Amino acid sequence: MDAAVEARVRPEVVHRGVTVEAVALRVEELRVWYGNKPALHGVTLDVPERRITAVIGPSGCGKSTLVRAINRMNELIPGVRTEGRVWFRGRNLYDPDVDPVEVRLRIGMVFQKPNPFPKSVYENVAFGLRLHRRLSRRELDERVEWALRRAALWDEVKDDLHRKSGLELSGGQQQRLCIARAIAVEPEVLLLDEPCSALDPVSTARIEALMEDLKREYTLVIVTHNMQQAARVSDFTAFLLDGELVEFGATEELFTRPRDRRTEDYITGRFG
Amino acid sequence: MTAVAGEAVWRRRLERRRLLARVFLASCQVATLLGLLFLGLVLADVVQDAAPYLRREMVTHFPSRFPRQAGYASALVGTVYVAGLMSLVAFPLGVLAAVYLEEYARPGRLTKLLEVNIANLAAVPSVLYGLLGLGLFVEGLRMGKSVLAGALTLSLLVLPLTILSSREALRAVPLSIREAAYALGATRWQVVRHHVLPYAAPGILTGTILSLSRAVGETAPLIMLGALQYVPFLPRNVWDYFTVLPIQIFNYVSLPNPEFHRLAAAGILLLLAVLLALNGAAIWLRNRWRVQW
Repeated sequence: MDAAVEARVRPEVVHRGVTVEAVALRVEELRVWYGNKPALHGVTLDVPERRITAVIGPSGCGKSTLVRAINRMNELIPGVRTEGRVWFRGRNLYDPDVDPVEVRLRIGMVFQKPNPFPKSVYENVAFGLRLHRRLSRRELDERVEWALRRAALWDEVKDDLHRKSGLELSGGQQQRLCIARAIAVEPEVLLLDEPCSALDPVSTARIEALMEDLKREYTLVIVTHNMQQAARVSDFTAFLLDGELVEFGATEELFTRPRDRRTEDYITGRFG
Repeated sequence: MTAVAGEAVWRRRLERRRLLARVFLASCQVATLLGLLFLGLVLADVVQDAAPYLRREMVTHFPSRFPRQAGYASALVGTVYVAGLMSLVAFPLGVLAAVYLEEYARPGRLTKLLEVNIANLAAVPSVLYGLLGLGLFVEGLRMGKSVLAGALTLSLLVLPLTILSSREALRAVPLSIREAAYALGATRWQVVRHHVLPYAAPGILTGTILSLSRAVGETAPLIMLGALQYVPFLPRNVWDYFTVLPIQIFNYVSLPNPEFHRLAAAGILLLLAVLLALNGAAIWLRNRWRVQW
């Protein structure tokens, strides 16, 4: 890799002239269309490593489109066109020689609606591991337990690992199961697309505590329509409006001293 | 208008609304009962006719000139033989085609054309399939009026139905489940193999069995094909002549001796029993393995 590219892909987040963080992901001039309808008009964004970055904005502003572009989930939808670059570990994920399967292995995802497989809790977590590695029975057991413990679900399911279907769990438990399933394959980045929007406050609090804990090892990007949640859990916040990045900065700054008038209007509840 | 008068009007209208609701409910109940009533009448009539022939010999005897000695042995075995062979052909082809159309085919003009044509094929009268089978399998491929030709013809007949019902079952697997698997780094094949197909399997099986049962009751295409009406032996292999229950029933009904008509009634009950068993299996499968999302 030549020096110029190196400088581009392993830069640091420069925030108001001060270098604050290492960058895990750099989204560059990202444009996405659904058919002829543009959804993102050239978004450029640095995602800091081992931090929680929140993406906020009103419905339909392109929040989900943005995170789904990062692990190339958008291309599963017919008619989606993507332009621009996503730099990750020195490579543009949209280069023709990059396999989306590998991208998704290294950048995991948790969805808005909990979507466990209609299989046992154990099989839910083991599925990704079986896809990518040859593990002995014992190793597999250990990895499944590790992931479930990490997702703070182990104690609630350990007695029924093989008997209980993922679908029999409560909504909050299902979402933690989905997180366990995602981290079992040890991705480097975890994308969470409104992970709490279908959950009650208690379950939401548990997921938020879990995210706080996970950021020691993972880079997290969370889409949320809930500004309190963004303010509570994230270190950095990106505000999207009509497919454009309006403002990006440290969460505290963005919420207390927004630089853009539109950001201010949104966070004070004047629209959206 | 005073408030009291207004309320009186409102009450009258409420009565009217309640009356309409009762009339609607009654119409629904009558419609349901009417269907059941006619089915019951037909069944009672058939059972009455068939009574003297509802005995073991019905399924062990071959066709004969004498009604008391005639039975459905060759027709029943022929039906089982043809249906079994047909499912061996139609099931895999139908499921594979459905998987292709649902999971792989890029939406576009060609796909649309395929879809429209398959839907149309499902509505083509079965006689035409008989003609096709006669031209293609019996004459063209020189299979003769064999079990194989019959099974292949009926396969063509049920293939569109199998594809349509399998697609329906595949489509019932939520997108969110596919996305969950893709997001873990599964390939398309792994998503289909480990998730979509297993979760759709009960629906696919149910739909397939129901389309097979339609073919089991078909007469026209096999008559076109030239399935024999008098087969005093069991088919030994797929190249043998054969007959099936509907054809045998049709044959007995067309004989002048009224005793044969009673035998035909017994045959109808036998055919009904076969179809009920198939449909029962479909319902059982659906309830046993269905995934509740």
